[in-house]
Amino acid sequence: MTQSLQNNLNALIPKLVQSATVASNLTRLSGGASQETYAFNVETDNTSVELILRRSPSGLDRESTSASITLAQEANLIQLAKENGVPAPKVIYVCTNDDNLGDSFIMSKESGETVARKILRDNVFQNARKILAPQCGKALSKIHSLEIDSLKWLRNLTGIAQLDRYEEIFRGFNLYRPIFELAIKWLRDNPPKPLKPVLVHGDFRLGNLMIDANGLVAVLDWELAHIGDPREDIAWICVNSWRFGISENRVGGFGNLEELLESYSLEGGNEFTAKEIDWFEMLGSLKWGIMCMTMYEVFRSGADPSVERAAIGRRVSETEIDILNLLERV
Amino acid sequence: MHDQPSQHELIEAVKRFISDTAMPQLSGRAAFHARVALNVLDILDRDVANRSNNEETELERLHKLMGTNEQGKTLAEINKLVCERIASGELGVDDKILLKLLKANAIDQLDVDQPKYSGLNIAKQSLN
Repeated sequence: MTQSLQNNLNALIPKLVQSATVASNLTRLSGGASQETYAFNVETDNTSVELILRRSPSGLDRESTSASITLAQEANLIQLAKENGVPAPKVIYVCTNDDNLGDSFIMSKESGETVARKILRDNVFQNARKILAPQCGKALSKIHSLEIDSLKWLRNLTGIAQLDRYEEIFRGFNLYRPIFELAIKWLRDNPPKPLKPVLVHGDFRLGNLMIDANGLVAVLDWELAHIGDPREDIAWICVNSWRFGISENRVGGFGNLEELLESYSLEGGNEFTAKEIDWFEMLGSLKWGIMCMTMYEVFRSGADPSVERAAIGRRVSETEIDILNLLERV
Repeated sequence: MHDQPSQHELIEAVKRFISDTAMPQLSGRAAFHARVALNVLDILDRDVANRSNNEETELERLHKLMGTNEQGKTLAEINKLVCERIASGELGVDDKILLKLLKANAIDQLDVDQPKYSGLNIAKQSLN
């Protein structure tokens, strides 16, 4: 963590919280290739507030040409979603150039757990697990009902557009994997009926959901949001990779799909049958498999020679077995 | 070639060094990468023990599927051919023999890559 980050944040604090002077306990929480998350405290005479800073690595602007949106755009979406009743953090401030913090924003720190294995196994979440599927249905319904006329800057990515994109990446590797070939063929031969486009979160699954003993606290990580098909979000949390070892519960390893779908439609979302989610679940497994191949490619090319990047190449076969298991029941 | 220590013993020695000596001195990202490294050595151990058998079996299965005209092709060549036939529709998801064969290959692969993966158990159960 650089001293300049601490200094630039200190300079900003009085603008955010009157009578506060410094940001204390600045701690890096997590960080991927596309964003960094820091927690810090702001103290005034009688209170202490915990806040979160989300920024792109090294404070550089995140390229909106990549799969992700910019952090300022992400802040905008979180605000809109929260106003529409989606459980989400409160956006406190979107940083400008003058703040010298790069493409970044500050939001409230929600308390709860995001680690999937704990949420699925720890006793404290026993009740939460029972009500989480309907809560997810409700949250997704609210995300998908957001007015999208003001969101024209988001990319429009239908299921077929994503299949095109991922197939192109896969072909680029010049590797022959018959199971992926079968998945592509099946997806091409059984295209879903197009639906009215909605705002899609794009990464709605455990890991990106803040959970406490009473269930869903906040939907996080909106960086892959786009305009698209509502079934994509519902299916993504069903992809076996996101059931974290508890395959018998189709929704995220904790719930059943019928419950999620029922609450989704009760809140005003479309009425879907479980069968209508299959196409996007197959696409999800294929996408995750090709993403793993892409991450291995980052290792192979020398761009990131870490052992983590190397290891992920040996997870592609997980998605192959999931695709075969799915093909047997569709 | 001598095999004292054997490949397996060498891998075990490095694993013990990481878990007993290196890891207790690491924290944060480095500790995480040490755990990943241990997993990688497990994969390597299984790969070393199984690759030659697995490749032979995989090739046999694929040759049986594709018929006698394709004998002599390497694994990469014959997988490419299978992909082309799937793309053209000659082979498809309704072909039970194809699915069974691909599943057997995928199971062998996962037994090396991630033997604890949940989807692997489902696949093995449905084989019976």
